[in-house]
Amino acid sequence: MNTDLPPDPNGDTAPWSGPGWVRRAGLVTMPAQTWNSIRLVPLVRETPIPGLRLDRRVYDEPSIVDVGDGAHYFSYIPHAFVARWEDDGDGMTASYGTRLLDRDDKGIGPAGMPIRVRRRMARRLAGDRLRFLPLHLAVEGYLALHFGGPQIAWEEWSKRAVTSGLSPREEQTYLGAFVGGLADALRLFEMHPGQCGALVYVADALASAFVVPHPDDYRALHATLIEDLFGELVYQYGRLWLPVSELAEPIDETAVGSLADLRAEAERRMADWADFHDELMAEEVFDQAGRHELVQRMRDVRLYRFLPSFTPGRPNHIGEQITVGKGAGQRLAYLKTFRLSETQIRRGHLLTKLAAHDWRFADTAASLGIDQGALALRIQRAGFGYLLRQDVLDHYRAAARSRGRSRR
Amino acid sequence: MTETIADLVACEDVLTFVNAAITGTGQREFHHGAYEQSLSLGFLHEYMQVNYRELYAATLALDINDHNAALIVRGLLTTARDAGEAQRRLEGRLVARRLETLPPQRVYRLFRALRRDGVNNRRTRAIMRDWLRARPDLAFDAVKYRSALKDAVRHAHLDPRALVPNAPGHVRDEIGCLLYGATGRPFTTPIFETWRQAHYAQEAVYKLPFTVAEGFAAAHGIPRKRFLERAEKSMTRLERLRLQGHAGQNKTTIDIDLATVSLTRLTTYVLSLPLDERSRRRGELTGALRAAARRAAGPEAGRWGRVAAVLDDSFSTVGSAEKRRRPLAVALGGHFLLEALAGEYVPLWTSGRADPLLLYPFGPTPLGTRVLDALDTAPDRLVIISDGFDNAPSGLATEVLRVWRTRLDPGRRVSITHLNPVFDAGDFDVRRLAPTVPTAGIRDAEDLLTLVELARFAEGRVGLPELRAHLDTRVAAFLDPAKPRPAKPVSEAEPVSEAENQIGEATAKTEAS
Repeated sequence: MNTDLPPDPNGDTAPWSGPGWVRRAGLVTMPAQTWNSIRLVPLVRETPIPGLRLDRRVYDEPSIVDVGDGAHYFSYIPHAFVARWEDDGDGMTASYGTRLLDRDDKGIGPAGMPIRVRRRMARRLAGDRLRFLPLHLAVEGYLALHFGGPQIAWEEWSKRAVTSGLSPREEQTYLGAFVGGLADALRLFEMHPGQCGALVYVADALASAFVVPHPDDYRALHATLIEDLFGELVYQYGRLWLPVSELAEPIDETAVGSLADLRAEAERRMADWADFHDELMAEEVFDQAGRHELVQRMRDVRLYRFLPSFTPGRPNHIGEQITVGKGAGQRLAYLKTFRLSETQIRRGHLLTKLAAHDWRFADTAASLGIDQGALALRIQRAGFGYLLRQDVLDHYRAAARSRGRSRR
Repeated sequence: MTETIADLVACEDVLTFVNAAITGTGQREFHHGAYEQSLSLGFLHEYMQVNYRELYAATLALDINDHNAALIVRGLLTTARDAGEAQRRLEGRLVARRLETLPPQRVYRLFRALRRDGVNNRRTRAIMRDWLRARPDLAFDAVKYRSALKDAVRHAHLDPRALVPNAPGHVRDEIGCLLYGATGRPFTTPIFETWRQAHYAQEAVYKLPFTVAEGFAAAHGIPRKRFLERAEKSMTRLERLRLQGHAGQNKTTIDIDLATVSLTRLTTYVLSLPLDERSRRRGELTGALRAAARRAAGPEAGRWGRVAAVLDDSFSTVGSAEKRRRPLAVALGGHFLLEALAGEYVPLWTSGRADPLLLYPFGPTPLGTRVLDALDTAPDRLVIISDGFDNAPSGLATEVLRVWRTRLDPGRRVSITHLNPVFDAGDFDVRRLAPTVPTAGIRDAEDLLTLVELARFAEGRVGLPELRAHLDTRVAAFLDPAKPRPAKPVSEAEPVSEAENQIGEATAKTEAS
């Protein structure tokens, strides 16, 4: 195995993959709110998680505020968050990958990526709203973050992936604002007291999951779900304009003989919905065969990135999570996932295979059951052409052309 | 008479339209934008006008809101040729009567719309002429609504002198000069002279009606604070109420006697105050709200027995920028009115809060659970005031009401009514909770009394003959206001606002002259 690969899952990783993770993570599913083809499922915490809050600078406050009760206090900055940090002058910087910050890190901005924007755009960004990186940068850069990439070409690759995305760009990604009805659904959403998260379904396909440690953080970040990225599938589902149906079953009136019975039935109906959602609808967020990578640790607060198994044909979610506590007391404090598009899954699949075979061409081709020429072309089509030397690639292309000709 | 499907459909259509005409204003609501709202409302108007013209005209006699009344008048006048002779005569009387009860600014706006549409038939001109002639003081209108009056006079080819036959000679001579903008020579009529002077002297500005004075103040560059302090005397009561918050921002005070304001306007005002101020003025505000509710309840006060209310204060009651917190204001008004009406009263807000004075839109809408809580108190009546977007969980209220009606209370021991303050553009109707529970649109909390009675009457299936009979009695009572109106014990929604305007204008006039 290559050393760049994330470590294998061990006892340290989150315990809540698989069905029913919502409950094990300390969250309660509340009844969904629907608008056309969008279904938003609110997640509520009974008590907020102590000791971890959204960084105050995200609220446009000058420094980290000491909560004053002596509790040690960490903060986090979500991935792709754009802000003006104290130490980098006029430029806007996007946090690149979620970061954990200690109370003492007052003056230090997160590892960032300066964004060069033209004047007009900068002025538009200057409002006091929370902002996130636009469009493809977030997800593509994300993929780059998750894979170490081959040691040799890493520098070049990550630079390209970050600044211009992977080329050729075969698939399109869509801002939440372009997903039909999502803007309205978010605007009309009635937040629950104590709400710390939401799952976004478009035509009942899970588009993203979002969890924060405190209800105030959620209130601050709710509107930014509109700036999330979604793949082709979600966009197309949004275009369907099919109102999603009520999933809870009607009350069986033959079982009701009194008002108390009716109340019991109503409560059972709500509990059934929560079970159904937790067991079936939300199950796909964490892939059993996926990998977790510990990125950062501060005392018992751990930040992970996780990758799906890149199985083509099933939903794959990539994401970041922060857990607080150890062992049985471990709680899910922060979660943000993106649903990968089919092309991204294939790309990820290819990278996984390459990485698993130590970036050795012949072995990978053999494991995929194709010859080396086909693999080279496949790599090029996936947008990784620059990983191969030009003359090598040209050789395979010429071979493919002549094969095509001779067949004719 | 045997009922046909067509009759049933007609009946349903009319009830739908009435609900829409009570609640819909073509403004933006929480769930739908202004464009969708007016599109949906426009469709309903056209549909009714083409298919049920008589019934469409007859709805002018009901408590529909001013926006829809103006739309109906416009529709009827535009397509006058589609009506028969007798129908045309009846329509003429209905329109004339309705215009009397509309606030003047709405009528002038209607006249301008007719001008834009190029509607200039003989009947339209006659209606405009008669309405203008019946104005109590056209000289005042000539100053306050100068350009609108000018448009009307031009459009209907009217002679301004003939519009004020009983006024003193100088008014008859000068009204035309005023309309066509002669500001050089002094006028003899005091209000005209004040208007002329206001072009040149700041002092004269404060003697003019408030809206006109505002324009002159801007032209003279008078600071807003000083202007509000001095122009306070010339405001109408509604202007006073509307400018309360504005005056606060400008650090001045405008006196308002809360005891004279109608219930829904009062609740809207209360909800516009910051929470601190509400709790500081708790005694005063609660007193005013209770008094307004008692006035609206009238002789029915305390006679409703055990009443439970499920009142919506979820986030969606925030309304929109155009109708700020309107659904919450209606629910709050309903709360105080029901309190006055009931012998024993249990209010249940969807958020679970108990202090009605400190409400603000917040949280989801668990209507189903609250309906269960309300039924637990074994009430005689259950009133639900909500926009009908039941979402925690969605559809539970429908299920609970269905099972309650079919299994637990088939004999309708508890009378349940759903009142909905929001027109749902997507459904062309107010949003309903359950087929077994009557839903009525509500615009002002004061109408609750009539609407609950009506809904009760409509709880069974209303046939078209009954509906026609009902409309006929309402039309007869409407056209002959001397007789008391049978179906409506408290009829003060529009007349009051009109009267308020009149009073306000009268005070402004005395100041001005």
